[in-house]
Formats: sequence, C-alpha cells, structure tokens
Amino acid sequence: MSVQKNPILRETSHLLIPAILLFALYVQFHGEYGPGGGFQAGVIFASAIILYALLHGTKKAEKVISLNLAKALAAIGLLLYEGIGLLGIILGGNFLDYNVLSHDSVHGQHWGILLIELGVGMTVASVIICIFYAFSKFKR
Amino acid sequence: MLAMTAIAIIAMRNMLSVIMLGGIYSLISATLFVVLDAVDVAFTEAAVGAGVSTVLFLSALAITGKHQALTRKNHIVPIFVVLVTGAGLLYSTTDMPSFGDPQAPVHTHVAPRYIEQSYDEIGIPNIVTSVLASYRGYDTLGEVAVVFTALIAVLLLLGLNRGSRKD
Amino acid sequence: MLEYISNHYNYWVSILLMMAGLYIVIDHTNLLKKLIGLNIFQTSVFILFISLGKVDGGTAPILEKGYSSFSNPLPHVLILTAIVVSVATTAVGLALVVNINNRFNSIEEEEIEQIELEEE
Repeated sequence: MSVQKNPILRETSHLLIPAILLFALYVQFHGEYGPGGGFQAGVIFASAIILYALLHGTKKAEKVISLNLAKALAAIGLLLYEGIGLLGIILGGNFLDYNVLSHDSVHGQHWGILLIELGVGMTVASVIICIFYAFSKFKR
Repeated sequence: MLAMTAIAIIAMRNMLSVIMLGGIYSLISATLFVVLDAVDVAFTEAAVGAGVSTVLFLSALAITGKHQALTRKNHIVPIFVVLVTGAGLLYSTTDMPSFGDPQAPVHTHVAPRYIEQSYDEIGIPNIVTSVLASYRGYDTLGEVAVVFTALIAVLLLLGLNRGSRKD
Repeated sequence: MLEYISNHYNYWVSILLMMAGLYIVIDHTNLLKKLIGLNIFQTSVFILFISLGKVDGGTAPILEKGYSSFSNPLPHVLILTAIVVSVATTAVGLALVVNINNRFNSIEEEEIEQIELEEE
C-alpha cells in the first residue's frame, strides 16, 4: 500500500483517529445536554474506522473490528432497543414506557433514553462499517 | 450557492467531479441547517452526507471503473416534465404560511406541549432528543429496523462470502 | 409583491433544487448520476421541512436559561430519521449498481437495453 509510506498521511491519521473516537463517545453520552445523540455518534465512530481502513488496508482494520463482530453488534443494538420495550411490559407499563423503569418517573426516563441511544449508536456504527467492508472486499 | 452546485452537477460528465460536488452540496446544506436553527440535523447531515455517502459512492465508482458519463440526444421531454411540475408546485405554495411566522399552524397543537412540558416530564435540556427517544420512541425503533434491513440487503447483494458471481 | 417574495422565497429555493434533482433522475442515463440526483432531491425536501419549522427570533430547541422562544422541534425529529433512511437506501442502490455492472459490464441505461435486446 503506497499510502502507508506517505508520512504526512500516517502521522496525521495517528493523531486524528483517537480524537475522532473520543469525540464519538462524547457525542453519544452528551446527546441530552447539547446537540448529538445516537445517530451522530454512530456515524462518527464508523468514519474513524473507515479512515483507518482506507490508510492501512482492510485486513488490518478487520483485526480491530472483524466482520462477524460488526454483524453481531448490529443485531445486539436492535435487540437492546426491543428489550427495553419489553422490559416496560414486564414491569407493568406499556411497550416502551420508561416511567416504570425506576423508582421515580423522571429517573426512569433518563435510564430509558440512555440505554436506547446506546442501542441506536451501536447499530448505526456497525451497519456502516459492515457496508464499507462489503464494498471494499467485492471481487469482480 | 446550492443552486450553482446543482447546476454544475447537471452539466458535468466526469464522475469523480460529480461525486465530489455531491459531497460539497451536502456540506453547504448542513451550514444552511445551522442558520435555520436546526443544529442536530446539521450535525447528522454533515456527518452522513459529506462523510459516509461520499465514501460509498467513491468505492462503487472504483469497483465499476466507468469514469465518464454519456448524455442522451434530445432533452425535450424531461425539460417539459420538469417545467410543468415546477410550475404546479410554485402555484401551490401561494397558500403556504410566511417564512418564520410564529402563528403558523405547524406551531400550534402538539409542539408547544412538547416544549413546555418536556423538562417536567423528562428532565433533559435537548428537546429534540427527548421527542425522538421518548415521545416518538416507536418511530425510532422502526428506523433502527430499517437500517438493519439495509445491512442485510447489502450483504445479500454483494455476496460477501463468495466474491465473483460469474462461475 | 416584494413582501410576498420575502415571505415565500424559502419555498422557491426548495422547489428549484427539487426540480434540479428530478431533472437529473429523469434525463441522465448513467446510473450513478441518477443516484446522486436522488440525493439532491432528498436534501431539498429536508430544506423545505426545516424551513417550515423556523420561528422568527427563536433559537435552537435546547432549553437554556434566558431564551423563551424556541424553534419547532417536531420537523427536526422527522428529518433526523429521514437522513439516516436516505443513507440506507443509497447503500442498497449502490449495491444494485455494482451487481448490474458485474452482469452487463456497463452502467449506462441505453447500453444495457442494447445488450438485453441482443441476448433475446
């Protein structure tokens, strides 16, 4: 890979990729106090992994997040969302009712929103990474 | 600016330039969203349109390798259709409310309830997140399901385990 | 007349961009360019919706001390969902284009019709 030998791209990416990952985590958990939330965080996380894969090749990127792990995380994110909904029914309320999740209705809402944003972020990030792997490994 | 970018996309035939102009179009519309007070939407549009979408288009272009687009010979019918549709839509906007009017019908009904009672019932400052995750959580569930289905469709179409289909 | 234009120009901009995207989808024969035209069309619809939700003198819908007038959060929520769905459809459309290229060795509409006629 010729891009690996280019020192500007290598050094810049080694500085930027950890910062992008940290920013994705910040946006995920501060989505309640400012702009942000699950979707934005998932897309930013995926774009950091795509940047790494573009520079160092898909084989090295698969050592970080393999294809099977990405497929599993996508399914787990969706199941987490549904699980919170069913938890509402088990604890006595309606489907996706957050008021019953904790001792207090406002705390229940906080827990509910935190967990489903986590599920959404996981699914969106792993879907975009998986689609990128599928495109880059396609042979004619 | 947006109109100039769209016209440049219509006129150009080199596919690499067209894809790059598409990314620039998404970025300019993200700044337009910030001016219109929609910061969450601008965030998502910049990340998705100028980031992920452009990368996917470039990888599809690299796989197919066809860098020049052809044009057809006569353009009469598409121009006619576009002009008639545009005139009809412009005629239909004469009844729409003024830009930025606080008394417009869209601001009555359920939106003031969300703005006023969101802090008491849910307790987080970002109203868009509270509407998206709690008041309209069912729609967000459907959307995550759509994204997951798109993943399954792409994996089925691109045959990740097999590679080439000509055997 | 001038007041009418200054009150409605956001609809005009959005309809102009919508018609540009529609023209690209109908007229051009290259499949990748049609997908980009579809993207332009979708973004112009987002601009229409977000401009409907703006309130004069309001601010972004994040509760903050000292502001009393907020823009309407409901169109923001709908458009957030629509943006993510649009990237999902773009990805599936690109996978279809790659498969068509694999089968016919071309992504121009007219060449593909030609090859299909010859194969019958």
